Amino acid sequence: MSKLKNLYQQLILDHSKNPRNFGSLPGANHLCQGKNPVCGEEIEVRLLVGENDLVEDIMFSGSGCSISQASASLMTQIVKGKTKAETIALFEAFQEMLKTSSSEELSPDLVSLLGKLTVFAGVREYPSRVKCAGLAWHVVKGALKHEIEAVTTE
Amino acid sequence: MLNQAPSKIFVQNIAPLCKDEFPIFQNKELVYLDNAATAHKPRCVIDRMSNFLAHENATVRRGVYKLSEKATQTYEGARKKIAKFLNASSPEEIIFTKGATEALNLVAYCFGAISLREGDEVLITAMEHHANIVPWQVICQIRRAKLKVVPLTETGELDLDALEKLITDKTKILALTHISNVLGTVNPLKEIIALAHNHNVPVVVDGSQATPHTKIDLQDLKADFYVFSGHKAYGPTGIGVLYGRKELLVQMPPYQTGGDMIETVSFERTTFALPPYRFEAGTPPIAQAIGLGAALDFIDRVGLEQIATHEDALLHYATEKLSEIPGLKIYGTAKDKASLISFTMDCAHPHDIGTVLDDDFGVAVRAGHHCAQPLMKLLGVPATTRASFALYNGSADVDKLVEALWRVREIFA
Repeated sequence: MSKLKNLYQQLILDHSKNPRNFGSLPGANHLCQGKNPVCGEEIEVRLLVGENDLVEDIMFSGSGCSISQASASLMTQIVKGKTKAETIALFEAFQEMLKTSSSEELSPDLVSLLGKLTVFAGVREYPSRVKCAGLAWHVVKGALKHEIEAVTTE
Repeated sequence: MLNQAPSKIFVQNIAPLCKDEFPIFQNKELVYLDNAATAHKPRCVIDRMSNFLAHENATVRRGVYKLSEKATQTYEGARKKIAKFLNASSPEEIIFTKGATEALNLVAYCFGAISLREGDEVLITAMEHHANIVPWQVICQIRRAKLKVVPLTETGELDLDALEKLITDKTKILALTHISNVLGTVNPLKEIIALAHNHNVPVVVDGSQATPHTKIDLQDLKADFYVFSGHKAYGPTGIGVLYGRKELLVQMPPYQTGGDMIETVSFERTTFALPPYRFEAGTPPIAQAIGLGAALDFIDRVGLEQIATHEDALLHYATEKLSEIPGLKIYGTAKDKASLISFTMDCAHPHDIGTVLDDDFGVAVRAGHHCAQPLMKLLGVPATTRASFALYNGSADVDKLVEALWRVREIFA
């Protein structure tokens, strides 16, 4: 597979064209916005966190490149139904994947934890696009911590 | 919807100028369309700098030895070349800076310091680069002055009626770009400067996008300050130029202080040198200044008229080709437009476009806000893709860009 095809895999194109869980979430009790000042991407994540720290519902809104929008869309799908702690663990695994050099194989533990999120491993070939993939995860982490001020990936 | 390029493609052959003089194009894969950000360097510039560093290097305006005297002559020779290139009335009006940004900061701080009082107004335009916005914003805060912005028309040209109305008794400075780095609009400088001068308002011009592409005659334009950067004009980075009218420069305090900008120094008191040296504290970027001189010689040798005609042909060819792509929207349709095209595509974000262009086609373009966030907001887009042309581009580069953009549609539409 070419570098470019690996970046723009069907799953990513699908989520960027038809983002899931896109819109507002009335009754959300967690909210955070984030920006990537270099690219101008903006993402807002709203969460409804219930008993036992369970993410009962999640929605996102915003605009940006296909990578940032697809990452946000997939993130919402995967985080829904997870606990806060599980979400933070995924955030950390996602960061670890992005930080792993593109010449290195991802560890089997990381791959099994991330599941279909490994579709974003291709951005490692494009240093200027890594932040696009990471933004949604920074924002959901911010939202879980109740941070209401904007976070950035800078 | 069309998803493939039309089979019958109108091809016009516009041959590049002097491309073989640019070593970077030994990389045959490179299609470089980011010239509004920085231009590549011809061999003569690289060789001139290399020879200076290898065989002529010495500090300037300090040594009593021959090597330093020769270096001083060469450095001052570059200043003379720049004065001639801009048709300034004297080389003393030419100050070397580290770039256009520093030059604009210098004018904002030093001219702002003597001309702005509380309640005064500085006028800029909606099409400025951050480098011609932020220094004015900051000096206005310091001097408690007010920043006002001239709006644009639908075509991305300055609204000259609005400009005239915005000039009041309180207006002390008008700062504007010669050519927009996003829209390509060439502002009618002579007319605008005359209008401002009728109201006794001095004019600061950001010429960064203009110097490599169009003839500049400062005695005809009558700009009070004019700045440009070396690296967009086929010269090196780390060197820029501030032209200032002598009567204004002599009134201005120094920007930075230190060696070489003084007349006498004692622990009690220092007196400052006359311009241009007052504004050149410390050892200047000597090789870079000489490199810029060589770059302007190169431009003179090719001829700005020939360059302008060539780039104009490229602009028209590219505009026509890009307009055939469904969902592609061009921003900036001024009658007098420089050779750059900002556009968006309805199917893809500029960053996705930039990645596909570079990766599969070796086409380098700029994707982003172009250091003009207020203008992006006005256009209602977070970012655009920009292709900007130079003399070494030809129609083959445009064809490659267009082919790549059709591929973008295939992937994202």
